[in-house]
Amino acid sequence: MLISEQKSLDEILSFLWGETKVFLLGCKGCAEASQTGGEKQVLEMKGKLEKAGKEITGWAVLDFLCQKALVKTGLRPLEDQVMSADSLLVMCCGVGVQAAATVVNKVVHPACNTISLGGSRGEWQGDERCRECGECLLDLTGGICPLTACTKGLLNGPCGGARDGKCEFEPEVRDCGWHLIYERLKQFNRLDRLRDAPSQIKNYAKMEPPRELRTTARWALER
Amino acid sequence: MKLNELFEQGKFVVTAEVGPPKGVDIHEMLTDAELLRGQVDAINVTDQQSAVMRLGSLATCRLLKERGLEPIFQMTCRDRNRIALQSDLLSAYALGIENVLCLTGDYVSLGDHPHAMPVFDLDSVSLLEAASELQKGRDLAGKELKGNPDFCLGAAVTPGAEPLEPQIIKMERKVKAGAQFFQTQAIYEPGKFEDFMKAVEYLNVPIMLGVVLLKSAGMARFMNRSVAGVHVPEPLIEEMADAPNRVEKSVEIAARLINEMKDMCQGVHIMAIGWEKQVPAVLKAAGL
Repeated sequence: MLISEQKSLDEILSFLWGETKVFLLGCKGCAEASQTGGEKQVLEMKGKLEKAGKEITGWAVLDFLCQKALVKTGLRPLEDQVMSADSLLVMCCGVGVQAAATVVNKVVHPACNTISLGGSRGEWQGDERCRECGECLLDLTGGICPLTACTKGLLNGPCGGARDGKCEFEPEVRDCGWHLIYERLKQFNRLDRLRDAPSQIKNYAKMEPPRELRTTARWALER
Repeated sequence: MKLNELFEQGKFVVTAEVGPPKGVDIHEMLTDAELLRGQVDAINVTDQQSAVMRLGSLATCRLLKERGLEPIFQMTCRDRNRIALQSDLLSAYALGIENVLCLTGDYVSLGDHPHAMPVFDLDSVSLLEAASELQKGRDLAGKELKGNPDFCLGAAVTPGAEPLEPQIIKMERKVKAGAQFFQTQAIYEPGKFEDFMKAVEYLNVPIMLGVVLLKSAGMARFMNRSVAGVHVPEPLIEEMADAPNRVEKSVEIAARLINEMKDMCQGVHIMAIGWEKQVPAVLKAAGL
């Protein structure tokens, strides 16, 4: 199970700065079990955001956001609510956020930090990978993870090694992650946020699941 | 001497580079460096270039410094984490090295130890940030230093990259993180370089044109195939292919490119890649 924890409301509101309409997306898989993106948490988030002046155009809690096919079919009947929003706030692990970003042509924001892989990789079948780094950057990078999509895991932009959108390491098969991020940010007019972001330096201590988590019965069951 | 002092004086700054040997025989490298004495303002020392394990950049910089040559310490983030990088910055300053070029570094797969662990704990932007923090008297953990270094910090940019916009965004972030000058990747198209210089004028930072000596038509074609952001136009390749004397032609082309582009920028950085002995001839032909 991919274990996540919710980001602070302040951080989430900073992602939503300048936006008024939000669609909330939760997950009945690991996020419900983590109590970060089940129905209960989605409705709580709806209340908090409405209090902060946001309009919630709709919400859904789908089975396994890590499965792009399920995200597509789950959101189809809600298309109007999704597309009338400025963005989606996705309340699950980093894989689900990236899957939603791939499927929906909208800005996506992560509501959680993924802190451990637990015992499973979820139902993910695609290229969207999460390294459970504990401080999700997907808001800044257009829903594409620089740690996993960039071969070097660079956090501050492309290196000089990309050619025609391909990575210097295995150019035949590997896209330059930062080229994908650039194209997506450009599409949503969000390049300025990247330009103005402070230098990102990863806190690798957060890659280790927190001690409190490792003493729980749930953790023991998953091992 | 810090390079920024020269830029501030309005000087057109000239640099070249030496590559440390794979081994401890430093004789040839020092001979090459000696040829640059009085010809250039400073000499870049590459850091395990192309991810090939060699004598270190820091030690080589010190060897040059001891001989009264001004080194630019190239640092990549491929092989060291933030503890080692910061420590090497302190070591460099303690050894009298004042110019540092902060780079991300080629991926390990390009070199002779493809199975090594690629580090990239920091990258070019966050390495500049780390160096800037050290200069303010604290490290990345916020801990106070006993004596802080004072560097001139440089960075690299690829003016021929397509698309160019991500390069410029990153360049701006490098300036914000402390970059005081830029050396560019090689560029053989004056028109493209002019467009680039216009696009980054707002950053108001000295930029040194990068020139890689063309050693043969084959090398030019190889770069077009394999080196990101570098394009040698076909007429130049033909000129090289038809030349009776490759060395003379190479020098002539490099000098011509410098002449065509020197008024657009604040300096030139010559990468001779084994032909270090030709650098003085290039500078002479370019009138520098």
